[in-house]
Amino acid sequence: MIRLSDLHKSFGANAVLRGVDLHVPRGESMVVIGGSGTGKSVLIKSILGLVTPDSGTIEVDGQNVTRADRDAFLARFGMLFQGGALFDSLPVWQNVAFRLLRGRLKRPKAEAREIAVEKLRRVGLSADVADRLPAELSGGMQKRVGLARAIAAEPEIIFFDEPTTGLDPIMSGVINDLIREIVTEMGATAITITHDMTSVRAIADDVAMLHAGKVRWSGPVAQMDDSGDPYLHQFITGSAEGPIEAVR
Amino acid sequence: MTRALAATGAATLGLLAAIGRLAIFVGQTLSHLVRPPFYMREFGHALVQIGYFSLPVVGLTALFTGGALALQIYAGGSRFDAQAVVPQIVAIGMVRELGPVLVGLMIAARVTSSIAAEIATMKVTEQIDALVTLSTNPMKYLTLPRVLAATLVMPVLVGIGDVIGIMGGFLVGTERLGFNAAAYLQNTADFLTRLDIVSSLAKGAVFGFIAALMGCYYGMQSDRGAMGVGRATKTSVVAAAVLILAANFLLTEAFFSA
Ligand SMILES: Nc1ncnc2c1ncn2[C@@H]1O[C@H](COP(=O)(O)OP(=O)(O)OP(=O)(O)O)[C@@H](O)[C@H]1O
Ligand SMILES: [Mg+2]
Repeated sequence: MIRLSDLHKSFGANAVLRGVDLHVPRGESMVVIGGSGTGKSVLIKSILGLVTPDSGTIEVDGQNVTRADRDAFLARFGMLFQGGALFDSLPVWQNVAFRLLRGRLKRPKAEAREIAVEKLRRVGLSADVADRLPAELSGGMQKRVGLARAIAAEPEIIFFDEPTTGLDPIMSGVINDLIREIVTEMGATAITITHDMTSVRAIADDVAMLHAGKVRWSGPVAQMDDSGDPYLHQFITGSAEGPIEAVR
Repeated sequence: MTRALAATGAATLGLLAAIGRLAIFVGQTLSHLVRPPFYMREFGHALVQIGYFSLPVVGLTALFTGGALALQIYAGGSRFDAQAVVPQIVAIGMVRELGPVLVGLMIAARVTSSIAAEIATMKVTEQIDALVTLSTNPMKYLTLPRVLAATLVMPVLVGIGDVIGIMGGFLVGTERLGFNAAAYLQNTADFLTRLDIVSSLAKGAVFGFIAALMGCYYGMQSDRGAMGVGRATKTSVVAAAVLILAANFLLTEAFFSA
Protein backbone atom coordinates (compact mmCIF):
# COMPACT_ATOMS: atom_id res chain seq x y z
CA MET A 1 0.00 0.00 0.00
CA ILE A 2 2.81 2.39 0.85
CA ARG A 3 5.92 2.06 -1.24
CA LEU A 4 9.05 4.22 -0.94
CA SER A 5 11.71 3.92 -3.60
CA ASP A 6 15.20 5.33 -3.42
CA LEU A 7 14.20 8.21 -1.16
CA HIS A 8 16.82 10.89 -0.56
CA LYS A 9 16.67 13.88 1.76
CA SER A 10 19.41 16.21 2.95
CA PHE A 11 19.27 19.25 5.21
CA GLY A 12 22.18 21.30 3.96
CA ALA A 13 25.25 19.11 4.32
CA ASN A 14 23.41 16.65 6.56
CA ALA A 15 22.39 13.76 4.29
CA VAL A 16 19.67 12.12 6.35
CA LEU A 17 17.96 9.73 3.94
CA ARG A 18 20.28 8.20 1.35
CA GLY A 19 18.19 5.85 -0.72
CA VAL A 20 15.43 4.39 1.43
CA ASP A 21 13.32 1.57 -0.01
CA LEU A 22 10.39 0.39 2.02
CA HIS A 23 7.13 -1.40 1.36
CA VAL A 24 4.23 -1.56 3.78
CA PRO A 25 1.35 -3.79 2.62
CA ARG A 26 -2.27 -2.89 3.39
CA GLY A 27 -3.50 -3.77 6.85
CA GLU A 28 -0.04 -4.33 8.16
CA SER A 29 1.78 -2.96 11.14
CA MET A 30 5.29 -1.87 10.25
CA VAL A 31 7.64 -0.78 12.98
CA VAL A 32 10.62 1.38 12.10
CA ILE A 33 13.54 1.25 14.49
CA GLY A 34 16.92 2.92 14.34
CA GLY A 35 19.25 5.13 16.30
CA SER A 36 18.34 8.60 17.38
CA GLY A 37 18.82 11.08 14.52
CA THR A 38 18.81 8.49 11.75
CA GLY A 39 15.83 10.12 10.06
CA LYS A 40 12.86 8.05 11.19
CA SER A 41 10.69 11.08 11.80
CA VAL A 42 11.85 12.65 8.54
CA LEU A 43 10.85 9.44 6.76
CA ILE A 44 7.21 9.47 7.84
CA LYS A 45 6.97 13.22 7.41
CA SER A 46 8.05 12.80 3.79
CA ILE A 47 5.19 10.37 3.17
CA LEU A 48 2.75 13.02 4.43
CA GLY A 49 4.38 15.74 2.37
CA LEU A 50 5.47 17.72 5.44
CA VAL A 51 9.06 17.30 4.28
CA THR A 52 9.81 17.40 0.57
CA PRO A 53 12.25 14.67 -0.46
CA ASP A 54 15.15 15.63 -2.73
CA SER A 55 14.62 12.60 -4.94
CA GLY A 56 12.90 9.24 -5.01
CA THR A 57 9.25 8.32 -5.19
CA ILE A 58 6.52 7.70 -2.66
CA GLU A 59 3.46 5.76 -3.74
CA VAL A 60 0.28 5.13 -1.82
CA ASP A 61 -2.07 2.64 -3.46
CA GLY A 62 0.12 2.77 -6.55
CA GLN A 63 -0.36 6.52 -6.92
CA ASN A 64 2.52 8.94 -6.64
CA VAL A 65 1.71 11.14 -3.64
CA THR A 66 2.92 14.34 -5.31
CA ARG A 67 0.16 13.93 -7.88
CA ALA A 68 -2.63 13.09 -5.45
CA ASP A 69 -5.37 15.51 -4.42
CA ARG A 70 -3.91 16.74 -1.12
CA ASP A 71 -7.16 17.05 0.82
CA ALA A 72 -8.48 13.63 -0.11
CA PHE A 73 -5.03 12.15 0.48
CA LEU A 74 -4.57 13.60 3.95
CA ALA A 75 -8.11 12.68 4.97
CA ARG A 76 -7.00 9.04 4.93
CA PHE A 77 -4.15 9.62 7.37
CA GLY A 78 -3.74 10.02 11.08
CA MET A 79 -0.47 11.05 12.66
CA LEU A 80 0.88 11.11 16.17
CA PHE A 81 3.78 13.55 16.32
CA GLN A 82 6.82 12.78 18.39
CA GLY A 83 6.29 15.91 20.48
CA GLY A 84 2.51 15.60 20.61
CA ALA A 85 1.98 18.82 18.63
CA LEU A 86 -1.26 19.57 20.46
CA PHE A 87 -2.91 22.91 19.75
CA ASP A 88 -2.29 24.71 23.01
CA SER A 89 -5.06 27.23 22.48
CA LEU A 90 -7.73 24.53 22.37
CA PRO A 91 -9.00 22.34 25.21
CA VAL A 92 -8.13 18.66 25.06
CA TRP A 93 -11.41 17.42 23.66
CA GLN A 94 -11.31 19.96 20.81
CA ASN A 95 -7.81 18.79 19.99
CA VAL A 96 -9.00 15.22 19.77
CA ALA A 97 -12.12 16.13 17.81
CA PHE A 98 -10.34 18.69 15.61
CA ARG A 99 -11.19 16.94 12.38
CA LEU A 100 -14.76 16.28 13.49
CA LEU A 101 -15.44 19.94 14.20
CA ARG A 102 -14.60 21.34 10.77
CA GLY A 103 -14.15 20.44 7.13
CA ARG A 104 -15.68 17.48 5.40
CA LEU A 105 -16.05 15.32 8.51
CA LYS A 106 -17.86 18.05 10.45
CA ARG A 107 -20.62 16.91 12.77
CA PRO A 108 -22.62 18.36 15.67
CA LYS A 109 -20.53 19.55 18.59
CA ALA A 110 -22.12 17.22 21.14
CA GLU A 111 -21.47 14.21 18.97
CA ALA A 112 -17.86 15.25 18.29
CA ARG A 113 -17.31 15.66 22.00
CA GLU A 114 -18.75 12.24 22.72
CA ILE A 115 -16.36 10.66 20.22
CA ALA A 116 -13.46 12.61 21.72
CA VAL A 117 -14.26 11.42 25.24
CA GLU A 118 -14.53 7.85 23.97
CA LYS A 119 -11.12 8.08 22.23
CA LEU A 120 -9.61 9.59 25.36
CA ARG A 121 -10.92 6.66 27.32
CA ARG A 122 -9.25 4.28 24.88
CA VAL A 123 -5.87 5.87 25.53
CA GLY A 124 -6.45 5.61 29.27
CA LEU A 125 -7.57 9.17 30.02
CA SER A 126 -10.69 9.90 32.01
CA ALA A 127 -13.40 12.29 30.88
CA ASP A 128 -12.33 15.05 33.27
CA VAL A 129 -9.21 15.87 31.23
CA ALA A 130 -11.47 16.73 28.28
CA ASP A 131 -11.89 20.36 29.28
CA ARG A 132 -8.34 21.03 30.37
CA LEU A 133 -5.77 22.77 28.22
CA PRO A 134 -2.84 20.70 26.90
CA ALA A 135 -0.37 22.77 28.97
CA GLU A 136 -2.07 21.50 32.13
CA LEU A 137 -1.26 17.87 31.33
CA SER A 138 1.88 15.84 31.97
CA GLY A 139 4.11 14.89 29.04
CA GLY A 140 2.81 11.32 28.91
CA MET A 141 -0.78 12.54 29.06
CA GLN A 142 -0.13 14.94 26.18
CA LYS A 143 1.30 12.08 24.19
CA ARG A 144 -1.85 10.07 24.74
CA VAL A 145 -4.06 12.99 23.76
CA GLY A 146 -2.02 13.18 20.55
CA LEU A 147 -2.67 9.51 20.04
CA ALA A 148 -6.39 9.97 20.61
CA ARG A 149 -6.37 12.79 18.05
CA ALA A 150 -4.56 10.62 15.51
CA ILE A 151 -7.17 7.88 15.71
CA ALA A 152 -10.24 10.08 16.25
CA ALA A 153 -11.42 10.10 12.65
CA GLU A 154 -10.63 6.39 12.21
CA PRO A 155 -8.11 6.85 9.41
CA GLU A 156 -7.02 4.03 7.11
CA ILE A 157 -3.35 4.76 7.53
CA ILE A 158 -1.84 5.81 10.84
CA PHE A 159 1.67 6.91 11.74
CA PHE A 160 2.81 6.81 15.34
CA ASP A 161 6.05 8.59 16.13
CA GLU A 162 7.25 7.10 19.41
CA PRO A 163 3.84 6.44 20.95
CA THR A 164 5.15 5.02 24.22
CA THR A 165 8.12 7.30 24.92
CA GLY A 166 7.60 8.94 28.29
CA LEU A 167 4.89 6.54 29.45
CA ASP A 168 5.02 4.22 32.43
CA PRO A 169 5.29 0.47 31.63
CA ILE A 170 1.62 -0.23 32.29
CA MET A 171 0.45 2.66 30.12
CA SER A 172 2.90 1.54 27.42
CA GLY A 173 1.22 -1.84 27.49
CA VAL A 174 -2.19 -0.22 27.09
CA ILE A 175 -0.98 1.81 24.11
CA ASN A 176 0.72 -1.19 22.49
CA ASP A 177 -2.51 -3.16 22.77
CA LEU A 178 -4.46 -0.23 21.36
CA ILE A 179 -2.22 0.06 18.30
CA ARG A 180 -2.38 -3.67 17.72
CA GLU A 181 -6.17 -3.52 18.05
CA ILE A 182 -6.47 -0.66 15.57
CA VAL A 183 -4.56 -2.65 13.00
CA THR A 184 -6.30 -5.99 13.51
CA GLU A 185 -9.83 -4.75 14.21
CA MET A 186 -10.09 -1.64 12.09
CA GLY A 187 -7.85 -3.02 9.36
CA ALA A 188 -5.70 0.08 9.40
CA THR A 189 -2.21 0.22 7.98
CA ALA A 190 0.25 1.52 10.56
CA ILE A 191 3.83 2.69 10.66
CA THR A 192 5.16 3.02 14.19
CA ILE A 193 8.49 4.47 15.18
CA THR A 194 9.77 3.28 18.51
CA HIS A 195 12.91 2.65 20.53
CA ASP A 196 11.12 0.35 22.90
CA MET A 197 11.82 -3.29 22.03
CA THR A 198 8.83 -4.47 24.07
CA SER A 199 6.64 -2.29 21.87
CA VAL A 200 8.28 -3.63 18.74
CA ARG A 201 7.40 -7.18 19.71
CA ALA A 202 3.89 -6.22 20.74
CA ILE A 203 3.00 -4.07 17.73
CA ALA A 204 4.96 -5.23 14.71
CA ASP A 205 4.11 -7.53 11.86
CA ASP A 206 7.23 -6.36 10.08
CA VAL A 207 10.25 -4.46 11.28
CA ALA A 208 12.56 -2.16 9.36
CA MET A 209 15.77 -0.84 10.76
CA LEU A 210 17.04 2.47 9.51
CA HIS A 211 20.78 3.02 9.64
CA ALA A 212 23.10 5.37 7.76
CA GLY A 213 20.28 6.71 5.63
CA LYS A 214 19.10 3.34 4.35
CA VAL A 215 16.94 0.47 5.45
CA ARG A 216 19.59 -1.77 6.94
CA TRP A 217 17.33 -4.73 7.58
CA SER A 218 13.66 -5.45 7.15
CA GLY A 219 11.58 -8.54 7.66
CA PRO A 220 8.94 -10.19 9.82
CA VAL A 221 9.28 -9.55 13.53
CA ALA A 222 9.72 -13.30 14.16
CA GLN A 223 12.97 -13.26 12.19
CA MET A 224 14.35 -10.25 13.98
CA ASP A 225 16.21 -12.20 16.66
CA ASP A 226 18.14 -14.47 14.34
CA SER A 227 18.69 -12.10 11.46
CA GLY A 228 22.44 -12.55 11.54
CA ASP A 229 22.82 -8.79 11.01
CA PRO A 230 25.31 -7.41 13.52
CA TYR A 231 23.78 -3.92 13.39
CA LEU A 232 20.28 -5.14 14.13
CA HIS A 233 21.59 -7.48 16.77
CA GLN A 234 23.41 -4.69 18.53
CA PHE A 235 20.33 -2.51 18.38
CA ILE A 236 17.87 -5.01 19.80
CA THR A 237 20.19 -6.15 22.54
CA GLY A 238 21.06 -2.56 23.39
CA SER A 239 24.76 -3.25 23.56
CA ALA A 240 27.37 -0.51 23.56
CA GLU A 241 29.75 -2.87 21.76
CA GLY A 242 29.21 -3.44 18.06
CA PRO A 243 29.36 -1.90 14.62
CA ILE A 244 27.11 1.08 15.49
CA GLU A 245 29.11 3.89 17.01
CA ALA A 246 27.83 5.29 20.27
CA VAL A 247 28.69 8.86 19.32
CA ARG A 248 26.61 10.12 16.43
CA MET B 1 34.82 47.26 -8.89
CA THR B 2 33.44 43.95 -10.16
CA ARG B 3 33.19 42.80 -6.61
CA ALA B 4 31.14 45.86 -5.69
CA LEU B 5 28.91 45.25 -8.68
CA ALA B 6 28.53 41.59 -7.78
CA ALA B 7 27.60 42.49 -4.21
CA THR B 8 25.04 45.01 -5.43
CA GLY B 9 23.65 42.44 -7.83
CA ALA B 10 23.42 39.80 -5.14
CA ALA B 11 21.70 42.23 -2.78
CA THR B 12 19.24 43.23 -5.49
CA LEU B 13 18.48 39.61 -6.31
CA GLY B 14 18.02 38.86 -2.62
CA LEU B 15 15.61 41.77 -2.28
CA LEU B 16 13.67 40.72 -5.38
CA ALA B 17 13.48 37.15 -4.09
CA ALA B 18 12.18 38.40 -0.74
CA ILE B 19 9.57 40.55 -2.45
CA GLY B 20 8.60 37.58 -4.61
CA ARG B 21 8.18 35.31 -1.59
CA LEU B 22 6.07 37.91 0.16
CA ALA B 23 3.95 38.43 -2.96
CA ILE B 24 3.31 34.69 -3.18
CA PHE B 25 2.37 34.66 0.48
CA VAL B 26 -0.10 37.53 -0.05
CA GLY B 27 -1.52 35.80 -3.11
CA GLN B 28 -2.02 32.56 -1.22
CA THR B 29 -3.64 34.34 1.70
CA LEU B 30 -6.08 36.24 -0.50
CA SER B 31 -6.89 33.18 -2.59
CA HIS B 32 -8.47 31.64 0.50
CA LEU B 33 -10.96 34.52 0.56
CA VAL B 34 -12.85 32.87 -2.26
CA ARG B 35 -12.27 29.23 -1.33
CA PRO B 36 -14.46 27.76 1.41
CA PRO B 37 -14.49 26.60 4.12
CA PHE B 38 -14.10 29.77 6.19
CA TYR B 39 -13.15 29.58 9.81
CA MET B 40 -15.57 32.07 11.34
CA ARG B 41 -14.62 31.25 14.91
CA GLU B 42 -10.99 32.02 14.17
CA PHE B 43 -12.04 35.25 12.50
CA GLY B 44 -14.22 36.27 15.45
CA HIS B 45 -11.43 35.44 17.87
CA ALA B 46 -8.98 37.54 15.84
CA LEU B 47 -11.41 40.48 15.75
CA VAL B 48 -11.65 40.46 19.53
CA GLN B 49 -7.91 39.98 20.06
CA ILE B 50 -6.81 42.60 17.56
CA GLY B 51 -9.66 45.06 17.88
CA TYR B 52 -11.22 45.02 21.29
CA PHE B 53 -8.11 44.32 23.33
CA SER B 54 -6.17 47.05 21.52
CA LEU B 55 -8.61 49.74 22.63
CA PRO B 56 -6.83 50.72 25.87
CA VAL B 57 -3.43 51.16 24.25
CA VAL B 58 -4.92 53.01 21.28
CA GLY B 59 -6.91 55.29 23.55
CA LEU B 60 -3.98 56.18 25.78
CA THR B 61 -1.62 56.74 22.86
CA ALA B 62 -4.06 59.03 21.11
CA LEU B 63 -5.03 60.94 24.25
CA PHE B 64 -1.48 61.84 25.24
CA THR B 65 -0.44 62.61 21.69
CA GLY B 66 -3.41 64.90 21.09
CA GLY B 67 -2.66 66.71 24.34
CA ALA B 68 1.02 67.14 23.57
CA LEU B 69 0.20 68.27 20.05
CA ALA B 70 -2.07 71.02 21.38
CA LEU B 71 0.67 72.29 23.72
CA GLN B 72 3.27 72.31 20.94
CA ILE B 73 1.07 74.03 18.41
CA TYR B 74 0.09 76.62 20.95
CA ALA B 75 3.73 77.27 21.86
CA GLY B 76 4.84 77.30 18.24
CA GLY B 77 1.87 79.29 16.99
CA SER B 78 2.25 81.96 19.64
CA ARG B 79 5.64 82.93 18.15
CA PHE B 80 3.78 84.49 15.25
CA ASP B 81 0.48 85.19 16.93
CA ALA B 82 -1.24 82.15 15.49
CA GLN B 83 -2.22 80.35 18.70
CA ALA B 84 -5.82 80.35 17.55
CA VAL B 85 -5.14 77.61 15.01
CA VAL B 86 -4.70 74.95 17.72
CA PRO B 87 -8.06 73.20 17.10
CA GLN B 88 -7.56 73.05 13.33
CA ILE B 89 -3.96 71.85 13.39
CA VAL B 90 -4.61 69.30 16.12
CA ALA B 91 -7.49 67.95 14.06
CA ILE B 92 -5.58 67.78 10.82
CA GLY B 93 -2.42 66.42 12.47
CA MET B 94 -4.27 63.72 14.33
CA VAL B 95 -6.60 62.65 11.56
CA ARG B 96 -4.26 62.79 8.62
CA GLU B 97 -1.02 61.57 10.14
CA LEU B 98 -0.60 60.88 13.83
CA GLY B 99 -3.81 58.92 14.36
CA PRO B 100 -3.19 56.29 11.69
CA VAL B 101 0.59 56.17 12.11
CA LEU B 102 0.67 55.90 15.88
CA VAL B 103 -2.18 53.42 16.02
CA GLY B 104 -0.43 51.48 13.24
CA LEU B 105 2.82 51.39 15.19
CA MET B 106 1.09 50.41 18.41
CA ILE B 107 -0.64 47.59 16.54
CA ALA B 108 2.72 46.53 15.12
CA ALA B 109 4.05 46.37 18.66
CA ARG B 110 1.05 44.65 20.16
CA VAL B 111 -0.50 42.55 17.41
CA THR B 112 2.32 41.79 14.96
CA SER B 113 4.56 40.55 17.74
CA SER B 114 1.94 38.33 19.31
CA ILE B 115 0.86 36.87 15.98
CA ALA B 116 4.47 36.17 14.98
CA ALA B 117 5.36 34.61 18.33
CA GLU B 118 2.21 32.48 18.35
CA ILE B 119 2.59 31.18 14.81
CA ALA B 120 6.34 30.67 15.15
CA THR B 121 5.79 28.67 18.33
CA MET B 122 3.19 26.60 16.52
CA LYS B 123 5.70 26.06 13.76
CA VAL B 124 8.53 24.90 16.00
CA THR B 125 6.29 22.63 18.06
CA GLU B 126 4.99 21.04 14.84
CA GLN B 127 1.46 22.35 15.38
CA ILE B 128 1.46 23.73 11.84
CA ASP B 129 2.42 20.29 10.53
CA ALA B 130 -0.32 18.82 12.69
CA LEU B 131 -2.84 21.22 11.14
CA VAL B 132 -1.84 20.02 7.70
CA THR B 133 -2.24 16.37 8.64
CA LEU B 134 -5.68 17.19 10.02
CA SER B 135 -6.65 18.45 6.54
CA THR B 136 -6.63 22.08 7.64
CA ASN B 137 -4.75 24.59 5.54
CA PRO B 138 -2.66 26.78 7.88
CA MET B 139 -3.00 29.77 5.55
CA LYS B 140 -6.75 29.46 5.67
CA TYR B 141 -6.95 28.65 9.37
CA LEU B 142 -4.30 30.97 10.79
CA THR B 143 -3.30 33.66 8.30
CA LEU B 144 -6.49 34.69 6.54
CA PRO B 145 -8.60 35.25 9.70
CA ARG B 146 -5.90 37.40 11.29
CA VAL B 147 -5.11 39.45 8.20
CA LEU B 148 -8.77 39.98 7.39
CA ALA B 149 -9.68 40.89 10.96
CA ALA B 150 -6.82 43.38 11.23
CA THR B 151 -7.68 45.00 7.90
CA LEU B 152 -11.32 45.42 8.87
CA VAL B 153 -10.90 46.43 12.49
CA MET B 154 -8.01 48.87 12.10
CA PRO B 155 -10.10 51.63 10.46
CA VAL B 156 -12.36 51.45 13.51
CA LEU B 157 -9.37 51.68 15.85
CA VAL B 158 -7.93 54.58 13.89
CA GLY B 159 -11.31 56.35 13.91
CA ILE B 160 -11.47 55.95 17.67
CA GLY B 161 -7.86 57.09 17.96
CA ASP B 162 -8.60 60.19 15.87
CA VAL B 163 -11.55 61.13 18.07
CA ILE B 164 -9.69 60.52 21.32
CA GLY B 165 -6.67 62.43 20.01
CA ILE B 166 -8.86 65.40 19.20
CA MET B 167 -10.39 65.05 22.67
CA GLY B 168 -6.87 65.15 24.13
CA GLY B 169 -6.23 68.39 22.29
CA PHE B 170 -9.62 69.68 23.37
CA LEU B 171 -8.96 68.93 27.04
CA VAL B 172 -5.59 70.65 27.00
CA GLY B 173 -6.98 73.51 24.89
CA THR B 174 -9.93 74.21 27.16
CA GLU B 175 -8.38 73.36 30.54
CA ARG B 176 -4.87 74.74 30.08
CA LEU B 177 -4.83 77.12 27.14
CA GLY B 178 -8.09 78.94 27.71
CA PHE B 179 -9.99 77.98 24.58
CA ASN B 180 -13.77 78.18 24.57
CA ALA B 181 -15.13 74.63 24.48
CA ALA B 182 -17.93 75.18 21.97
CA ALA B 183 -15.72 77.22 19.66
CA TYR B 184 -12.95 74.61 19.82
CA LEU B 185 -15.30 71.85 18.71
CA GLN B 186 -16.91 74.04 16.08
CA ASN B 187 -13.53 74.93 14.59
CA THR B 188 -12.50 71.30 14.51
CA ALA B 189 -15.70 70.18 12.81
CA ASP B 190 -15.65 72.98 10.26
CA PHE B 191 -12.06 72.40 9.34
CA LEU B 192 -11.94 68.66 8.75
CA THR B 193 -12.90 67.56 5.25
CA ARG B 194 -14.28 64.25 4.13
CA LEU B 195 -10.97 63.48 2.40
CA ASP B 196 -9.15 63.83 5.73
CA ILE B 197 -11.38 61.26 7.32
CA VAL B 198 -11.42 58.87 4.37
CA SER B 199 -7.64 58.97 4.08
CA SER B 200 -7.28 58.33 7.79
CA LEU B 201 -9.46 55.23 7.74
CA ALA B 202 -7.95 53.96 4.48
CA LYS B 203 -4.49 54.24 6.01
CA GLY B 204 -5.79 52.29 8.97
CA ALA B 205 -6.94 49.44 6.73
CA VAL B 206 -3.61 49.29 4.91
CA PHE B 207 -1.61 49.42 8.15
CA GLY B 208 -3.75 46.70 9.70
CA PHE B 209 -3.17 44.52 6.67
CA ILE B 210 0.59 45.08 6.87
CA ALA B 211 0.75 44.49 10.63
CA ALA B 212 -1.07 41.16 10.58
CA LEU B 213 0.58 40.03 7.35
CA MET B 214 4.09 40.56 8.71
CA GLY B 215 3.25 38.67 11.89
CA CYS B 216 1.92 35.69 9.93
CA TYR B 217 4.66 35.78 7.31
CA TYR B 218 7.61 35.81 9.67
CA GLY B 219 5.88 33.41 12.05
CA MET B 220 5.42 30.86 9.28
CA GLN B 221 9.05 31.33 8.19
CA SER B 222 10.42 30.81 11.68
CA ASP B 223 13.53 28.70 12.23
CA ARG B 224 13.52 25.92 14.74
CA GLY B 225 13.97 26.48 18.46
CA ALA B 226 13.38 29.33 20.87
CA MET B 227 15.90 31.50 19.01
CA GLY B 228 13.89 31.02 15.85
CA VAL B 229 10.77 32.28 17.59
CA GLY B 230 12.61 35.27 19.02
CA ARG B 231 14.09 36.18 15.68
CA ALA B 232 10.76 35.79 13.87
CA THR B 233 9.05 38.07 16.40
CA LYS B 234 11.69 40.77 16.25
CA THR B 235 11.94 40.76 12.46
CA SER B 236 8.18 40.88 12.03
CA VAL B 237 7.79 43.95 14.26
CA VAL B 238 10.64 45.81 12.58
CA ALA B 239 9.34 44.94 9.11
CA ALA B 240 5.79 45.94 10.02
CA ALA B 241 6.89 49.28 11.50
CA VAL B 242 9.09 50.18 8.54
CA LEU B 243 6.50 49.12 5.99
CA ILE B 244 3.78 51.05 7.81
CA LEU B 245 5.87 54.23 7.74
CA ALA B 246 6.76 53.73 4.08
CA ALA B 247 3.14 53.02 3.17
CA ASN B 248 2.11 56.10 5.11
CA PHE B 249 4.36 58.26 2.99
CA LEU B 250 3.04 56.75 -0.24
CA LEU B 251 -0.58 57.11 0.87
CA THR B 252 -0.09 60.69 1.99
CA GLU B 253 1.47 61.37 -1.39
CA ALA B 254 -1.45 59.72 -3.15
CA PHE B 255 -4.17 61.48 -1.16
CA PHE B 256 -2.78 64.96 -0.68
CA SER B 257 -0.11 65.77 -3.24
CA ALA B 258 -2.51 67.08 -5.87
N1 LIG C 1 13.49 20.67 9.58
C1 LIG C 1 14.76 20.26 9.70
N2 LIG C 1 15.78 21.08 9.41
C2 LIG C 1 17.05 20.68 9.53
N3 LIG C 1 17.43 19.46 9.93
C3 LIG C 1 16.47 18.58 10.25
C4 LIG C 1 15.09 18.93 10.16
N4 LIG C 1 14.35 17.86 10.54
C5 LIG C 1 15.25 16.89 10.86
N5 LIG C 1 16.52 17.32 10.68
C6 LIG C 1 17.74 16.51 10.89
O1 LIG C 1 17.53 15.25 10.32
C7 LIG C 1 18.10 14.26 11.12
C8 LIG C 1 17.07 13.18 11.41
O2 LIG C 1 16.06 13.73 12.22
P1 LIG C 1 14.81 12.87 12.71
O3 LIG C 1 13.98 13.77 13.52
O4 LIG C 1 14.17 12.19 11.56
O5 LIG C 1 15.52 11.77 13.62
P2 LIG C 1 14.87 10.52 14.30
O6 LIG C 1 15.40 9.32 13.64
O7 LIG C 1 13.38 10.68 14.34
O8 LIG C 1 15.50 10.62 15.74
P3 LIG C 1 14.80 10.42 17.19
O9 LIG C 1 14.75 8.96 17.41
O10 LIG C 1 15.76 11.08 18.11
O11 LIG C 1 13.46 11.06 17.13
C9 LIG C 1 18.66 14.93 12.34
O12 LIG C 1 20.05 15.05 12.15
C10 LIG C 1 18.02 16.29 12.34
O13 LIG C 1 18.94 17.24 12.83
MG1 LIG D 1 12.04 11.22 15.68
